[in-house]
Amino acid sequence: MADIEHHKYDVVVIGAGGAGLRAAIESRELGKTTAIISKSLFGKAHTVMAEGGIAASMGNVNSNDNWQVHFRDTMRGGKYLNDYRMAELHAKEAPDRVWELEEWGALFDRTPEGKISQRNFGGHEYPRLAHVGDRTGLELIRTLQQKVVQLQQQDKKLSGDYESRIKVFAECTITDILITGEGENRRVAGAFGYWRESGQFVLFETAAVVIATGGIGKSFKVTSNSWEYTGDGHALAMRAGGSLVNMEFVQFHPTGMVWPLSVKGILVTESVRGDGGILTNSEGRRFMFDYIPPVFEKQYAKTEEEADRWYTDPDNNKRPPELLPRDEVARAINTEVKAGRGSPHGGVFLDVSKRLPAEAIKAKLPSMWHQFKELADVDITLEAMEVGPTCHYVMGGVEVEPDTAAAVGVQGLFSAGEAAGGLHGSNRLGGNSLSDLLVFGRRAGMGAVAYLADLDAAGGRPAVNQADVDAAAAAALAPFGHDGGENPYTIQQDLQQLMNDLVGIIRTADEMQSALERLNALKARAATLSVPGGRAYNPGWHLALDLQNMLVVSECIAKSALAREESRGGHTRDDFPVMEPNWRSIVMICRLDGNDVEVVKQDLPWMRDELVTLFDVSELRKYMTEAEISRIPGKVA
Amino acid sequence: MAHEAKFRVWRGDAGEGALKDYSVDVNEGEVVLDVIQRIQATQASDLAVRWNCKAGKCGSCSAEVNGRPRLMCMTRMNTFADDEVITVTPLRAFPTIRDLVTDVSFNYEKAREVTAFTPPEGLKPGEYRMQQEDVARSQEFRKCIECFLCQNTCHAIRDHEDNMTSFAGPRVLMRVAELEMHPLDVADRKHEAQEVLGLGYCNITKCCTEVCPEHIKITDNALIPLKERVVDVKYDPITWLGRKIRVRSDKD
Repeated sequence: MADIEHHKYDVVVIGAGGAGLRAAIESRELGKTTAIISKSLFGKAHTVMAEGGIAASMGNVNSNDNWQVHFRDTMRGGKYLNDYRMAELHAKEAPDRVWELEEWGALFDRTPEGKISQRNFGGHEYPRLAHVGDRTGLELIRTLQQKVVQLQQQDKKLSGDYESRIKVFAECTITDILITGEGENRRVAGAFGYWRESGQFVLFETAAVVIATGGIGKSFKVTSNSWEYTGDGHALAMRAGGSLVNMEFVQFHPTGMVWPLSVKGILVTESVRGDGGILTNSEGRRFMFDYIPPVFEKQYAKTEEEADRWYTDPDNNKRPPELLPRDEVARAINTEVKAGRGSPHGGVFLDVSKRLPAEAIKAKLPSMWHQFKELADVDITLEAMEVGPTCHYVMGGVEVEPDTAAAVGVQGLFSAGEAAGGLHGSNRLGGNSLSDLLVFGRRAGMGAVAYLADLDAAGGRPAVNQADVDAAAAAALAPFGHDGGENPYTIQQDLQQLMNDLVGIIRTADEMQSALERLNALKARAATLSVPGGRAYNPGWHLALDLQNMLVVSECIAKSALAREESRGGHTRDDFPVMEPNWRSIVMICRLDGNDVEVVKQDLPWMRDELVTLFDVSELRKYMTEAEISRIPGKVA
Repeated sequence: MAHEAKFRVWRGDAGEGALKDYSVDVNEGEVVLDVIQRIQATQASDLAVRWNCKAGKCGSCSAEVNGRPRLMCMTRMNTFADDEVITVTPLRAFPTIRDLVTDVSFNYEKAREVTAFTPPEGLKPGEYRMQQEDVARSQEFRKCIECFLCQNTCHAIRDHEDNMTSFAGPRVLMRVAELEMHPLDVADRKHEAQEVLGLGYCNITKCCTEVCPEHIKITDNALIPLKERVVDVKYDPITWLGRKIRVRSDKD
């Protein structure tokens, strides 16, 4: 086709959020030409929405903190379903990744000694989150964006061209990863997409692609996620022959705004609770004390008095139950509202106004104050917020090798950040996402560069198959081919309602069966939808293409959730309410079989001895089988 | 309560376009972006508009609402009378791509002309020590969400397209101020601010500050102090002499 713009890069990074930019910086610093593909403008990625902070055991506020404690908290938060190697690398490397940001110009809030300040957060034993007020994600994205610019300035000095070695393709969407070879020799050869502005097609010839496209939240009606979160990378990886892991685990953040309707789902940072905010129901009861699960009894206070003492004396008191991991708090709020003890607009109350002076609230939570004042006309220094669960994050993602971030099943494909799965197990702790982006973004960049070295040593890079390019172009234009079909927005709304109602926080087999039938019907409708207008900046067309990804990802979620007959982390079954030790070591793997998703079980690797012995065996007994406990050195059952 | 609102939305591309009328339902608590999205979902699926977070954090949905530069996601419908005609047009200072989407590449190109953060030599990661009161000044400017409303509003850009080659605008100059006030940065950008980025074009009318959705005091806290620093260097004969004979460091 004549109208395809051609580019050649060593590494193509899809996604310009924290993980994508960190991967691209690494690849460029290791000397590779690097393209960054961004669906939005540069610097607008969903990472800017992260509020609370970056988890890293620097020990600046409590010197008892170290990577082992962070590792333990992460595994505990994920209900021991985490890929332990990813959790280990993450906990070990997070401090270096945060300190490195300072070298690139980041300005975190400080301790009195002038170090990076760290705040408390749900599931983290010590104050661990490096932060900038409640706009940490913005600081992260801006720092990485400005680091890219700095590298471009270096390249300009050498070559006269800012974009000679690292270039951002803003408002550009990838629709296909092009592959050569079969079976074990499946390799990345290129990537195909379009410029949103003109509709012009773009072909990247590249042997290494990093998927860093973020999450899938836009498939749910109530979500904190933006339009971009359509699971593009998840779907691209599957279509390229990769697999997804843990897709049944979707995190519903306990505190989204519930009112007014237009902002329903928008995030209220966990820092509100970390800094003293409490949750109450319509009876004024601090209900979280009623929802402390046995596995967390050791760490959480039973009385309000003790919980309140913790804020000033954390070494001698237990934590307030408002700071339980997100899955616990979200389920508790859901239960309170269902029992008729909710707030007027169907949430519960989150109050920081009676806990901190107005000036402290404005200093610690400036964007929350601003957000409620401007969007809901609520002054959070004077009154309580109304909050409820909102779809926030997907723990599941591309199945990768922990050390290299290489996707399982396709050579030359890598993935990092929310798009990749494994690190967080069944539930992610707040603050572990930003550190995930940096740790595994860097590793994906390194992995891609190492792969290219092996490839070049072995004789060269694969070539793009012209027939695949033609097929990708034809598929991208298909929505223009039908007349009189449905509007893509209608199908998207139906999908969002369906996922919210039938595959949401609380799940049952019947509802998920029904969801799968309806998903099939939506697939059929999506195959014949129509988009009016031309190719230039046409959001209806863009949505029509994104919708294909949303549908396949939704099918993965529903099928994995149906197959997992227990409740764990971000997956709660009304018909199987108990967490089963027999399920702890099993993850669900999704692959594409033609147009259908197939789900298979796979065993998790067993933790190395020096890691498993970091845990108290009495705690592990609550999660593991007797056979597993007997494998722990020195802790014979 | 729901009511029907009258919207006039600019539709067209770089070549030509016109305001088009839409009647559309509005529910309690909605913002202008909700209504634009409803037009998109029900009446004009190809209506081009940028948005991401819908919470005033990403700075994507900038447009002019009844002639005022605003974030559409932060402009509540209850600030208008029910029968008021609401006109939504693209940012005026930048070339239109399609409908409400403009070409904002100017801002990214100018940002590349600012010398990046330059840490002191020998300071290792993890060894950075700064006091909160010292980082707070630059932190105010780092709240910027790059919505470019200030760039769009600044009359030195808005009314004088020719200036865009030699004037980088308030967002970019504020970035210079941010780096100059960074407690550990060792580069000197005063010459750059004046000669490359056109600080002199700013005549401190504070239009940028007025439209900033993050309420950053761009003029008072960034641009005026930056002008003072530049003036000190430019006209103070002692500083000038000191720089010539290298007794004063660039950061003094």
